[in-house]
Amino acid sequence: MEVPILKQGLYLIASIQSALTDADLSQLREALIERVGKFRARGVIVDVTALDVMDSFAVRTLRDIAHMARLRGAETVIVGIQPEVAFAMVQLGLTLKGVSTALDLEEGLAFLDRQAQDRVERTRGRIIRG
Amino acid sequence: MAEELLVPITSDLDVVSARQKGRELAAVAGFSSGDQTVIAAAISEIARNILMYAKRGEISLRTVLNGDLDGLVVVARDLGPGIPDVARALQDGYSTSGGLGLGLPGARRLMDDFDVVSAPGKGTTVTMKKWRRRHA
Repeated sequence: MEVPILKQGLYLIASIQSALTDADLSQLREALIERVGKFRARGVIVDVTALDVMDSFAVRTLRDIAHMARLRGAETVIVGIQPEVAFAMVQLGLTLKGVSTALDLEEGLAFLDRQAQDRVERTRGRIIRG
Repeated sequence: MAEELLVPITSDLDVVSARQKGRELAAVAGFSSGDQTVIAAAISEIARNILMYAKRGEISLRTVLNGDLDGLVVVARDLGPGIPDVARALQDGYSTSGGLGLGLPGARRLMDDFDVVSAPGKGTTVTMKKWRRRHA
Protein backbone atom coordinates (compact mmCIF):
# COMPACT_ATOMS: atom_id res chain seq x y z
CA MET A 1 0.00 0.00 0.00
CA GLU A 2 1.90 3.02 -1.27
CA VAL A 3 1.32 6.31 0.55
CA PRO A 4 0.43 9.18 -1.81
CA ILE A 5 2.75 12.19 -1.50
CA LEU A 6 1.32 15.55 -2.61
CA LYS A 7 3.34 18.64 -3.33
CA GLN A 8 1.86 21.90 -2.11
CA GLY A 9 4.10 24.88 -2.68
CA LEU A 10 7.31 24.28 -0.76
CA TYR A 11 5.77 21.46 1.28
CA LEU A 12 5.30 17.74 0.77
CA ILE A 13 2.24 16.14 2.30
CA ALA A 14 2.19 12.36 2.86
CA SER A 15 -1.30 11.28 3.71
CA ILE A 16 -1.46 7.77 5.13
CA GLN A 17 -4.73 6.15 4.01
CA SER A 18 -4.72 2.82 5.83
CA ALA A 19 -2.74 0.49 8.06
CA LEU A 20 0.86 0.18 6.87
CA THR A 21 3.28 -2.72 6.95
CA ASP A 22 6.90 -2.19 7.99
CA ALA A 23 7.89 -2.37 4.31
CA ASP A 24 5.32 0.34 3.44
CA LEU A 25 6.74 2.60 6.15
CA SER A 26 10.30 2.10 4.92
CA GLN A 27 9.16 2.81 1.38
CA LEU A 28 7.51 6.04 2.56
CA ARG A 29 10.77 7.10 4.22
CA GLU A 30 12.79 6.55 1.04
CA ALA A 31 10.21 8.30 -1.15
CA LEU A 32 9.96 11.35 1.10
CA ILE A 33 13.68 11.84 1.46
CA GLU A 34 14.16 11.48 -2.28
CA ARG A 35 11.39 14.00 -3.02
CA VAL A 36 12.66 16.58 -0.56
CA GLY A 37 15.64 16.92 -2.88
CA LYS A 38 13.74 16.56 -6.13
CA PHE A 39 11.20 19.27 -5.29
CA ARG A 40 13.52 21.35 -3.08
CA ALA A 41 10.87 21.08 -0.36
CA ARG A 42 11.27 23.08 2.86
CA GLY A 43 8.64 21.24 4.84
CA VAL A 44 7.19 17.74 5.15
CA ILE A 45 3.85 16.83 6.71
CA VAL A 46 3.03 13.21 7.53
CA ASP A 47 -0.66 12.80 8.24
CA VAL A 48 -1.14 9.69 10.41
CA THR A 49 -4.86 10.21 11.13
CA ALA A 50 -5.74 6.90 9.44
CA LEU A 51 -2.98 4.89 11.13
CA ASP A 52 -4.59 2.18 13.31
CA VAL A 53 -1.60 1.72 15.56
CA MET A 54 1.66 3.52 16.17
CA ASP A 55 4.10 0.89 17.35
CA SER A 56 7.85 1.04 17.90
CA PHE A 57 8.69 0.47 14.23
CA ALA A 58 6.32 3.20 13.04
CA VAL A 59 7.70 5.66 15.59
CA ARG A 60 11.28 4.84 14.70
CA THR A 61 10.54 5.33 11.00
CA LEU A 62 8.76 8.67 11.55
CA ARG A 63 11.67 9.83 13.69
CA ASP A 64 14.10 8.80 10.95
CA ILE A 65 12.04 10.67 8.36
CA ALA A 66 12.11 13.86 10.47
CA HIS A 67 15.84 13.65 11.13
CA MET A 68 16.77 12.75 7.57
CA ALA A 69 14.55 15.48 6.12
CA ARG A 70 16.17 18.02 8.45
CA LEU A 71 19.59 16.97 7.20
CA ARG A 72 18.24 17.67 3.71
CA GLY A 73 16.99 21.12 4.71
CA ALA A 74 13.31 20.40 5.34
CA GLU A 75 11.31 20.59 8.56
CA THR A 76 8.91 17.71 9.33
CA VAL A 77 5.70 17.77 11.30
CA ILE A 78 3.60 14.72 12.18
CA VAL A 79 -0.12 15.45 12.31
CA GLY A 80 -3.26 13.56 13.27
CA ILE A 81 -2.15 11.24 16.09
CA GLN A 82 -5.48 10.03 17.49
CA PRO A 83 -6.15 10.10 21.26
CA GLU A 84 -6.20 6.29 21.66
CA VAL A 85 -3.06 5.99 19.57
CA ALA A 86 -1.32 8.62 21.73
CA PHE A 87 -2.37 6.73 24.86
CA ALA A 88 -0.96 3.43 23.57
CA MET A 89 2.26 5.17 22.46
CA VAL A 90 2.86 6.59 25.92
CA GLN A 91 2.24 3.19 27.52
CA LEU A 92 4.69 1.63 25.08
CA GLY A 93 7.27 4.26 26.05
CA LEU A 94 7.32 5.86 22.59
CA THR A 95 7.86 9.62 22.61
CA LEU A 96 8.78 11.03 19.17
CA LYS A 97 11.32 13.20 20.98
CA GLY A 98 12.85 15.84 18.73
CA VAL A 99 10.01 15.56 16.21
CA SER A 100 7.41 18.30 15.76
CA THR A 101 3.75 17.35 15.96
CA ALA A 102 0.49 19.19 15.37
CA LEU A 103 -3.16 18.38 15.90
CA ASP A 104 -4.19 18.19 12.26
CA LEU A 105 -3.20 19.13 8.72
CA GLU A 106 -4.28 22.76 9.15
CA GLU A 107 -2.18 23.22 12.30
CA GLY A 108 0.71 21.43 10.61
CA LEU A 109 0.68 23.84 7.67
CA ALA A 110 0.46 26.82 10.05
CA PHE A 111 3.44 25.42 11.98
CA LEU A 112 5.57 25.10 8.82
CA ASP A 113 4.57 28.63 7.72
CA ARG A 114 5.71 29.99 11.09
CA GLN A 115 9.01 28.09 10.81
CA ALA A 116 9.57 29.56 7.35
CA GLN A 117 8.71 33.03 8.63
CA ASP A 118 11.18 32.67 11.50
CA ARG A 119 13.88 31.62 9.06
CA VAL A 120 13.26 34.69 6.92
CA GLU A 121 13.37 36.99 9.95
CA ARG A 122 16.56 35.41 11.26
CA THR A 123 18.18 35.91 7.87
CA ARG A 124 17.06 39.55 7.67
CA GLY A 125 18.31 40.17 11.21
CA ARG A 126 21.73 38.90 10.24
CA ILE A 127 21.87 41.08 7.16
CA ILE A 128 20.85 44.25 9.03
CA ARG A 129 23.31 43.61 11.86
CA GLY A 130 26.07 42.68 9.45
CA MET B 1 -16.90 -19.07 23.70
CA ALA B 2 -13.27 -20.08 23.81
CA GLU B 3 -12.96 -20.45 20.06
CA GLU B 4 -9.41 -19.82 19.00
CA LEU B 5 -8.35 -17.62 16.12
CA LEU B 6 -4.94 -18.55 14.70
CA VAL B 7 -2.88 -16.11 12.68
CA PRO B 8 0.33 -17.45 11.13
CA ILE B 9 3.16 -14.91 11.19
CA THR B 10 5.54 -15.19 8.25
CA SER B 11 5.68 -11.65 6.82
CA ASP B 12 5.10 -8.02 7.81
CA LEU B 13 1.63 -8.26 6.23
CA ASP B 14 0.76 -10.88 8.86
CA VAL B 15 1.80 -8.44 11.61
CA VAL B 16 -0.86 -6.00 10.36
CA SER B 17 -3.40 -8.80 9.93
CA ALA B 18 -2.77 -10.12 13.48
CA ARG B 19 -3.26 -6.74 15.12
CA GLN B 20 -6.38 -6.04 13.04
CA LYS B 21 -7.91 -9.41 13.99
CA GLY B 22 -7.00 -8.72 17.62
CA ARG B 23 -8.72 -5.37 17.45
CA GLU B 24 -11.85 -6.92 15.89
CA LEU B 25 -12.03 -9.61 18.55
CA ALA B 26 -11.52 -7.00 21.29
CA ALA B 27 -14.38 -4.95 19.82
CA VAL B 28 -16.68 -7.99 19.76
CA ALA B 29 -15.70 -8.75 23.37
CA GLY B 30 -16.81 -5.23 24.35
CA PHE B 31 -13.46 -3.53 24.93
CA SER B 32 -13.40 0.27 24.54
CA SER B 33 -11.78 1.71 21.43
CA GLY B 34 -8.88 2.83 23.63
CA ASP B 35 -8.35 -0.72 24.85
CA GLN B 36 -8.72 -2.04 21.31
CA THR B 37 -5.83 0.19 20.21
CA VAL B 38 -3.74 -0.83 23.21
CA ILE B 39 -4.32 -4.52 22.44
CA ALA B 40 -3.55 -3.97 18.74
CA ALA B 41 -0.31 -2.15 19.61
CA ALA B 42 0.80 -4.95 21.95
CA ILE B 43 0.05 -7.58 19.28
CA SER B 44 1.99 -5.54 16.71
CA GLU B 45 5.10 -5.52 18.90
CA ILE B 46 4.93 -9.20 19.77
CA ALA B 47 4.20 -10.26 16.18
CA ARG B 48 7.15 -8.23 14.92
CA ASN B 49 9.39 -9.93 17.48
CA ILE B 50 8.40 -13.30 16.02
CA LEU B 51 9.33 -12.09 12.54
CA MET B 52 12.57 -10.48 13.65
CA TYR B 53 13.95 -13.22 15.84
CA ALA B 54 12.28 -16.45 14.71
CA LYS B 55 11.24 -15.62 11.11
CA ARG B 56 7.98 -17.50 11.58
CA GLY B 57 5.47 -18.39 14.23
CA GLU B 58 1.84 -17.88 15.07
CA ILE B 59 -0.46 -15.77 17.16
CA SER B 60 -3.55 -17.19 18.74
CA LEU B 61 -6.40 -15.00 19.90
CA ARG B 62 -9.34 -15.95 22.08
CA THR B 63 -11.69 -14.56 24.66
CA VAL B 64 -12.11 -16.02 28.15
CA LEU B 65 -14.41 -15.53 31.14
CA ASN B 66 -13.18 -15.20 34.68
CA GLY B 67 -15.89 -14.45 37.23
CA ASP B 68 -17.26 -11.06 36.29
CA LEU B 69 -14.32 -10.31 34.02
CA ASP B 70 -14.12 -10.73 30.26
CA GLY B 71 -10.63 -11.32 28.97
CA LEU B 72 -8.81 -11.34 25.69
CA VAL B 73 -5.89 -13.74 25.53
CA VAL B 74 -3.07 -13.39 23.02
CA VAL B 75 -0.52 -16.18 22.72
CA ALA B 76 2.49 -15.69 20.47
CA ARG B 77 4.46 -18.87 19.74
CA ASP B 78 7.58 -19.47 17.75
CA LEU B 79 10.24 -22.15 17.47
CA GLY B 80 13.04 -19.65 16.97
CA PRO B 81 16.34 -19.23 18.82
CA GLY B 82 14.64 -18.36 22.13
CA ILE B 83 15.56 -15.61 24.57
CA PRO B 84 18.73 -16.34 26.54
CA ASP B 85 17.93 -13.82 29.28
CA VAL B 86 14.19 -13.14 29.62
CA ALA B 87 14.60 -10.73 32.56
CA ARG B 88 16.96 -8.61 30.51
CA ALA B 89 14.75 -8.73 27.41
CA LEU B 90 11.96 -7.26 29.55
CA GLN B 91 14.07 -4.18 30.37
CA ASP B 92 13.41 -0.98 28.44
CA GLY B 93 15.97 -0.25 25.78
CA TYR B 94 17.56 -3.69 25.69
CA SER B 95 17.64 -5.07 22.16
CA THR B 96 19.77 -7.55 20.25
CA SER B 97 18.21 -6.58 16.92
CA GLY B 98 19.07 -2.91 16.68
CA GLY B 99 15.47 -1.96 17.45
CA LEU B 100 14.30 0.45 20.12
CA GLY B 101 14.17 -2.33 22.71
CA LEU B 102 10.65 -1.37 23.68
CA GLY B 103 8.71 -4.24 22.11
CA LEU B 104 8.56 -6.73 24.96
CA PRO B 105 8.58 -4.30 27.93
CA GLY B 106 6.17 -1.99 26.08
CA ALA B 107 3.72 -4.79 25.36
CA ARG B 108 3.93 -5.82 29.00
CA ARG B 109 2.92 -2.30 30.09
CA LEU B 110 0.02 -2.29 27.65
CA MET B 111 -1.50 -5.57 28.87
CA ASP B 112 -2.74 -6.69 32.31
CA ASP B 113 -1.10 -10.12 32.45
CA PHE B 114 2.14 -10.94 30.71
CA ASP B 115 4.15 -14.11 30.72
CA VAL B 116 7.20 -15.19 28.71
CA VAL B 117 8.40 -18.78 28.49
CA SER B 118 11.56 -19.25 26.51
CA ALA B 119 14.58 -21.50 26.31
CA PRO B 120 17.58 -21.14 23.99
CA GLY B 121 17.02 -23.23 20.87
CA LYS B 122 13.47 -24.13 21.88
CA GLY B 123 11.53 -21.06 20.91
CA THR B 124 9.46 -18.52 22.77
CA THR B 125 5.87 -18.33 23.95
CA VAL B 126 4.46 -15.01 25.09
CA THR B 127 1.04 -15.09 26.73
CA MET B 128 -0.66 -11.78 27.41
CA LYS B 129 -4.15 -10.91 28.63
CA LYS B 130 -6.34 -7.86 28.87
CA TRP B 131 -9.35 -7.81 31.21
CA ARG B 132 -12.53 -5.79 31.39
CA ARG B 133 -15.29 -5.80 33.95
CA ARG B 134 -18.56 -7.10 32.55
CA HIS B 135 -21.51 -4.79 32.95
CA ALA B 136 -24.96 -6.31 33.67
